[in-house]
Amino acid sequence: MSQPTTSGVVPMVEIRGLHKEFGHLHVLRGIDLDVPQGSVCVILGPSGSGKSTVLRCINELEDITAGRVRVDGELMGYREGTRGGKPALFRLGSRDIARQRARIGMVFQRFNLFPHMTARQNVMEAQIRVLRRSKAEAGARADELLRRVGLSDRAEHYPAQLSGGQQQRVAIARALAMDPELMLFDEPTSALDPELVGEVLAVMRDLARSGMTMVVVTHELGFAREVADQVVFMADGVVVERGTPAGVLENPQETRTRDFLASVL
Amino acid sequence: MSDLAGQGRAKSPDPAASTSDPVPDRIHAVPVRHPGRWASAVVVLVLAAMVVHGLVTNDKFDWPTVGKYLFNEQVVRGVGWTLWLTVAAMVIGIVLAVLLAVMRRSENPVMRYVSWIYIWFFRGTPIYTQLVFWGLISVLYPKLSLGVPFGPEWLHFTTTELVTASRAAILGLGLNEAAYLAEIVRAGLQSVDRGQEEASRALGMKDSTILRRVILPQAMRVIVPPTGNETISMLKTTSLVLAVPFILDLNYATRAIGTRIFLPVPLLVVAAIWYLAITSVLMVGQHYLERHYGRGFDEHHGGRAGGGPGGRATRQEAIAEAGTTPEIAVFDDMGRPHGGGAGGAR
Repeated sequence: MSQPTTSGVVPMVEIRGLHKEFGHLHVLRGIDLDVPQGSVCVILGPSGSGKSTVLRCINELEDITAGRVRVDGELMGYREGTRGGKPALFRLGSRDIARQRARIGMVFQRFNLFPHMTARQNVMEAQIRVLRRSKAEAGARADELLRRVGLSDRAEHYPAQLSGGQQQRVAIARALAMDPELMLFDEPTSALDPELVGEVLAVMRDLARSGMTMVVVTHELGFAREVADQVVFMADGVVVERGTPAGVLENPQETRTRDFLASVL
Repeated sequence: MSDLAGQGRAKSPDPAASTSDPVPDRIHAVPVRHPGRWASAVVVLVLAAMVVHGLVTNDKFDWPTVGKYLFNEQVVRGVGWTLWLTVAAMVIGIVLAVLLAVMRRSENPVMRYVSWIYIWFFRGTPIYTQLVFWGLISVLYPKLSLGVPFGPEWLHFTTTELVTASRAAILGLGLNEAAYLAEIVRAGLQSVDRGQEEASRALGMKDSTILRRVILPQAMRVIVPPTGNETISMLKTTSLVLAVPFILDLNYATRAIGTRIFLPVPLLVVAAIWYLAITSVLMVGQHYLERHYGRGFDEHHGGRAGGGPGGRATRQEAIAEAGTTPEIAVFDDMGRPHGGGAGGAR
């Protein structure tokens, strides 16, 4: 249970004492997590352990119940101030939250591409509407990113005409088009047929090598072993064990980690 | 088999036969006979002949009079007014309906209640009553003014000048229609997968952008068919504007002529022919609207399938078209085109 050290540099993601309740269900029960700039953090754990919820709290798709989430030093979702002489948190308006989210890319298990737009339009849309890029500029960036994920020849295809793996690669390109400083992956390969997993992981591996900060929720232990700088094992809303891939995956200290690893392998 | 191969060697003009068939021993079975289809066709033909005979030989329909009045100036003007009432009322209805549906989903409780009460009132009272009310508005409110309630007033209107009979009719029809359409729009908005909104929010889009660019275009697939239905229904509801009273529409025009010349039946036929013709035109429009908003969903109907750089349908699209699997899983290496598929041209 060693805390990651960041040696004074502001980590890209800094989570302190994060709690999340869904109604009466206490899903996250005090999460601390640091993800240094340019590193890859893989979150493992059985379903229902709260891995995805942690991701969704980072970019404010969920309101957090307690704790602080900071991305690149900026407090997410709130502004710290004083009210009546006492420190208080002020909820940010939807515009400020949208601005904070635009810096964070997210890739979903179910891809969530816009079905009424072609692959190219999917990658262009938020560039035009959020970053106010010109059509030409957004198109050029889309073409560049589709080439990077190996889908230049599928640019004019609609999502329904693409395989799951291709759709997920378009979704990654769509997130990258916003020039994010952080990428969140929520079980990106779980909805894919086994033979399509490799192409998506290859794109993610390239992205990690290019120095992108990434938080990845996945069941792909091979990917974790090869790419992760930090592996976090979660169960029942708490971090059970964390460390290097070698430490957590090859030599787990906790029984629950060992049981989980035995069940996935 | 042997004669198929023989045709191939004989260089038949048919391109399919001239290349050797890659499928060995393709099945050319004798089709099943369908005597029922022939029998039903005969029955239907006989019935249709009886109907046509009854229409043509019954001189009460008075076809010469129908022909005489079909393009009568008063009738054609009535067609114009009916079309205008339909289009204007539907435009008001659709704009207001989108607004009401969005308000209904709003986080602001005031908006939600306003929308609910509007729908409750306009669906809960008869359209006829509403039209009578709009006709009486200049009696109820002879003067309209813009200002602060109980305070100063800045603009004054005489109601009879502002709300003419045709405007009262359009307002009455449009405001009523909005209540019904609002529920259709709401159903459409609800039909869009929640993941779409989530993905848009994760990209940093504003709520209004998400609605306009992501949710509504997808909801249109669900919204257009019942709205087409409502439009066709509206076309005929315009005949109620007599309640305002507005008396230039098609229904009133034909009935007035029919009464005047003591021949109501042929003029009814004239009205029916025009309503049927307009409905047919509207149905064509609906077909194209549905095709537009179906893009990306039912590609193989849209004619744009295989519109990629290669210009040819890929194996994967062919499988999708067959509809065997909801999720297409054809292996494709990183960016490498399928053999002989869409990427071939590059």
